[in-house]
This record gives sequence, structure tokens and C-alpha cells, in this order.
Amino acid sequence: MSEEKHHISSYKSHLFVLLALFVLTGASVAVTSLEMGPFNTLVAMLIAGGKAAIVLIWFMHLKFDNKLYAIFTTFVLVIFLLVLYVTFFDYSYR
Amino acid sequence: MSETTTAKHVSFLEYKGKYKGILGWIFSTDHKRVGLLYLYTMLVFFSIAAILGLLMKIQLIAPGYTIMGPQTYNSMFTVHGIIMIFIIVVPGLPAVFGNFFLPLMIGAKDVAFPRLNLASWWIYIIGILVVLSSQFLGGWPDTGWTFYAPYSFRTPANVLPALFGAFILGFSSILTGINFVVTIHRMRAPGMTWLKMPLFPWTLYATAWIQVLATPVIGITLLLTVMERVLGVGVFDPALGGDPILYQHLFWIYSHPAVYIMILPGMGAISEILPVFSRKSIYGYKAIVLSSLAIAFVGYFVWGHHMFTSGMSGRALYAFSFLTFLVAIPSAIKVFNWVATIHKGSLNLQTPFYWATSFIFVFMIGGLTGLVLGSLATNVHVHDTHFVVAHFHFIVFGGTGYAFMAALHYWFPKMFGRMYDASWANIGWATFFGGFLTLYLPMFALGLQGMPRRYYDYLPEFHTGNIISSLGAILMIAGALIVITNLVRSSRHGEKVTGKNPWGGRTLEWESDTPPTLENWDEIPKVTEGPYDYK
Repeated sequence: MSEEKHHISSYKSHLFVLLALFVLTGASVAVTSLEMGPFNTLVAMLIAGGKAAIVLIWFMHLKFDNKLYAIFTTFVLVIFLLVLYVTFFDYSYR
Repeated sequence: MSETTTAKHVSFLEYKGKYKGILGWIFSTDHKRVGLLYLYTMLVFFSIAAILGLLMKIQLIAPGYTIMGPQTYNSMFTVHGIIMIFIIVVPGLPAVFGNFFLPLMIGAKDVAFPRLNLASWWIYIIGILVVLSSQFLGGWPDTGWTFYAPYSFRTPANVLPALFGAFILGFSSILTGINFVVTIHRMRAPGMTWLKMPLFPWTLYATAWIQVLATPVIGITLLLTVMERVLGVGVFDPALGGDPILYQHLFWIYSHPAVYIMILPGMGAISEILPVFSRKSIYGYKAIVLSSLAIAFVGYFVWGHHMFTSGMSGRALYAFSFLTFLVAIPSAIKVFNWVATIHKGSLNLQTPFYWATSFIFVFMIGGLTGLVLGSLATNVHVHDTHFVVAHFHFIVFGGTGYAFMAALHYWFPKMFGRMYDASWANIGWATFFGGFLTLYLPMFALGLQGMPRRYYDYLPEFHTGNIISSLGAILMIAGALIVITNLVRSSRHGEKVTGKNPWGGRTLEWESDTPPTLENWDEIPKVTEGPYDYK
């Protein structure tokens, strides 16, 4: 099997990921003090989703890899979101 | 590769590597040996779980106490379920035939990660040992294999080892899934485009994705249940503000797709066998591929039909019922394709063909009774009755079990280089088939009459159905004994297979040596034609 070229990320990029994760973790904690009713969970999930996206795209190199990996990852995330939607569909109409 | 001597034209069974004797097996990274390790392990535990099933049916041969009391009965159906589901049927065909034949069918020398593959088997064994440790750490659980909340953390019975064991077994499944996805993407022989890949690898591919994506959900759920039981965290316990229906959601988000982990590779094996014994190209190759992927995808979103009487919202009930009916379509497409493949074929009536066609028969009964359960009104009537147990066994045992036996009889000569006794194989199949129908068909009637599942006792009006069913169990076990004895004996003393291809199959595995060598091929084959060209 032939050797494949690997993208090497800069320290700046890693620093950006670290800072973004710190900021978003702070935001996760901060939003708990806001009273948003049923949207509390949604906002918390969106922030967590943002953090996961940053880790996947930059830290795990999805941005620089073969596009096939990005397609499969997106497919998996879509399934995950659909599973969440279907589960909460039950809760929202109880 | 860690093996030390050259493997040219020495069968993988006789190959002497770094380790000798049993160590040469349990430390071998060869995909074929790993596949057989799974087979032998499953054979042992299938025998144990089948005996437990037989004992339960003997208990039910008459109302009241026959050979065991209620607590023993509860533990019996729990252990029977845990072994059959987590140790036998979920790993089932992918672990045995996937490991053995996936590289052979796509023209590879091994799976993508051979060491990870061996590690999967070891993790599987560790999971089994943890489940079995229940015997020495406070007795067996009594929750059923579903571990439903809140009972699973309130029962005085010993539940933790079984929960941990099932959690560990999940890792084995995930790692096998990852291995297969990468193997199929990266290691297909030159010329084997996606649409020239045989159908068994296709179904393994669809299954592998479910294994990777759905299994973590059950892992988290079982861990949460452990935390609930040990620490009282209150996720599922209504007394602590938790929601027991959330447990059911999470459990079935895995466990319904798990039914497709069980059945899809079985469908793949059947799709391999029917063209060979009909001497005809498979009818609608692309339709079978697409329906496999559709089953894997839609199968994700139907879990709620296990919870129609649990207290979900009305709108969720409608949605899940609709989706359940939707998943019946790709399953029916497959059945249509199989029947159309046999139609006007030049039939070669051998044991694998008998198992494969009886698979279609029992799978259809299981599938159609599944629609009774997918429909809201009828589900309420038969929920938690023997009807569900019968349906479930028609699909999981009738579906996956028959496909497993079909695959074993089909690939046996390639795996062991010997042929089994066809007469005994056919007698075994006929006895098993008769016993199976006698065992499970009356349970549909018992369920419609209102006999609940998971009770060691019943009212006198259910007696006749239970007598017939219990006699069927004895007949079926007799059939299983004939089949297993014949295969075990033939693996050592059966007539040697001289050629590479005793059935006249067209897929790549039949071009390898019988039994295959360590790395399968002297040269990686080049693929120029589709896998089912019988013109």
C-alpha cells in the first residue's frame, strides 16, 4: 500500500481549537443560568455540537483529508440527529 | 504478519506458526482461524442456551410447578436471552462467516486489522467470562435480557455482572464492524468495483455500519443502568426524577437495529446460496444491495414499536408504526428477489438449499406476524404475550439461525476441506424444521388467546398449546443434535473434498485452495465479471 501524504497542522491551528473549546465550555456553563424553558436543552446541544465540529474538522483533520471521510462523518451525524429528533418527538408531544 | 514459516499451499488448519497447539489458534491473527474460534465458542454457548430453552419448555408442559419455581424460571429466560442475543446471534454470521469469508470473497489476504480482529475475539471471551461470573458473584439476574428500568436497579437479584458483560461484548462488535468497513473500502481485489462485490460482503458492510453506530448507545445505556443501581444517579428512576421510558428509548435505539445486525448477514448468505443451487444469476442484484442499505437505514428509526404500550405520546406511536411498515418494503423486495432467483432455475437439491428455502418460509411467517405487531391496534392486544415470543423466534432463530445453518452447510467443505454426510444432514434439517414449527406455531395461538410471556405458570385453557409446543422443542433439539453431531464428526472424519469448488459457485472464495492457505492467494486475483454469472 502506498504511503499517503499527511497534513501537518500548525501550532496556531491547535491553539485556536483549544481556545474555542475553552470559550464554548464557558458558554455551556453560562447558559445554564438563563431560563429558556424547552430551549435549554437545544442551546446546550448546539454548543456541544459546535465543540464536536471544531474537534472533528480541525483537530481530527477532516478538513484536510479525503472528502469521502467528510461525507461519511456527515452521514453519521445526520443519523445521530435523526435519532435525537425522533426521541424528542415523543417527549415534545406527551 | 507475525507467523514464521512459509504458507505456500499448506492449509490454514495445518499451518504451524510461532505457537503450537491451542496457542496457535488463540493467538493466531489469521482471519480464518479467528472465524473458527468464534464458531467453536458459539457452538458451546448455543448448546448451553438451547438446553436452558428446553428446560423452560419442559417446565411449561403442564400448569404449575413441573421442574422449577418462578425465580429459577425468571433467571432461566434471562440467561437464555443474554447468551442467545449477546453471545450468539449478534456476533453470529459476521463473526464466523464474515471473518472467514469476507477477505476470500473480495480477494484479500486478511482483514484490514488482523490484530484488532483477534483482540475482538479476546474481548468477546472476556465479556462472556464477566457474564458467567454471575454464578460466583451472587447468582443470576432475573430481569430478562432487556434489563428494563426501574426493575433492573431495584431487583435483589444479581444484575451487575450481566450488565458489565453485555457492555464489554459491545466493544467486540464495534471493533469487528470497524474492521469490516475498512477492509471492504480498502482491500477489494483489482477490478472488484462496488457493484461487482458479492452480496454477502454487501450485507456485512451494511451491518458493520450499524455495529459501529448503534452499539455505543447500548454501551452508554447499560453503564447508566450500572450507575443507577450502584450510585442512584436518577436518570431512569422515576423516584429520583428520572424517566424509565428514556431507558426503553435508549435500549431499543440499539436493540432494534441489532435485529438487523442479526438478520442482514443472514440475508446475504441466502443471496449467495440460492443462485448456486438454482444455477441462475441472482435476480435483481442492485435491488438486493439497495434494499440491504435501506433496511440498515430505515431500521434505525423503528425502535418505538417495542414501546407501543409503554406510555409514549400518541403522535410518536403513529410515526413509529408508519416507519415499521416502511421497513417491511425492502425486506419484501429481498424475498421477491430470492423467489424469482429460484423460479425456473435448474435446482440442485442439497442441504444448503433446504436450509435456505426453509429460511424464506420461516422468515416470511416472522415478517408478516411482525406487521401484526407494527400495527397499533393489534399490538395492544398481543403485546407481552407468547405471540411476541413466537414472532421473535421466527425472525431471530428462524431467520438468523436457519441462515447460519445454511451458510455452515454451504461453506463447510471450503472451511474444513471435508464433506459432511448428506443423508444425516438432510434428516437433521427435516427433524429440526418439523420441531421448529411444532414448537413456535402454537405460541402464536397461545398469544392470541392471551397467554402472557415470562410466566412459569399458566391457566388450564392454555394447556393443549403448551403440550404441543413443548413436544416440538424436544423434536427440534433432537434435530439440532443430529445436525451438530454430523458436522462435528465430518469436520474430522468426513470425506475429503478434492476440487476447489464442490457446489460450482462463481464467487471468489471458491477459487482459493480447499481449505484455504494462510494468506489465501499466491497472487491477488483480478476480477473482470460480476459474482453470479451463470449464463
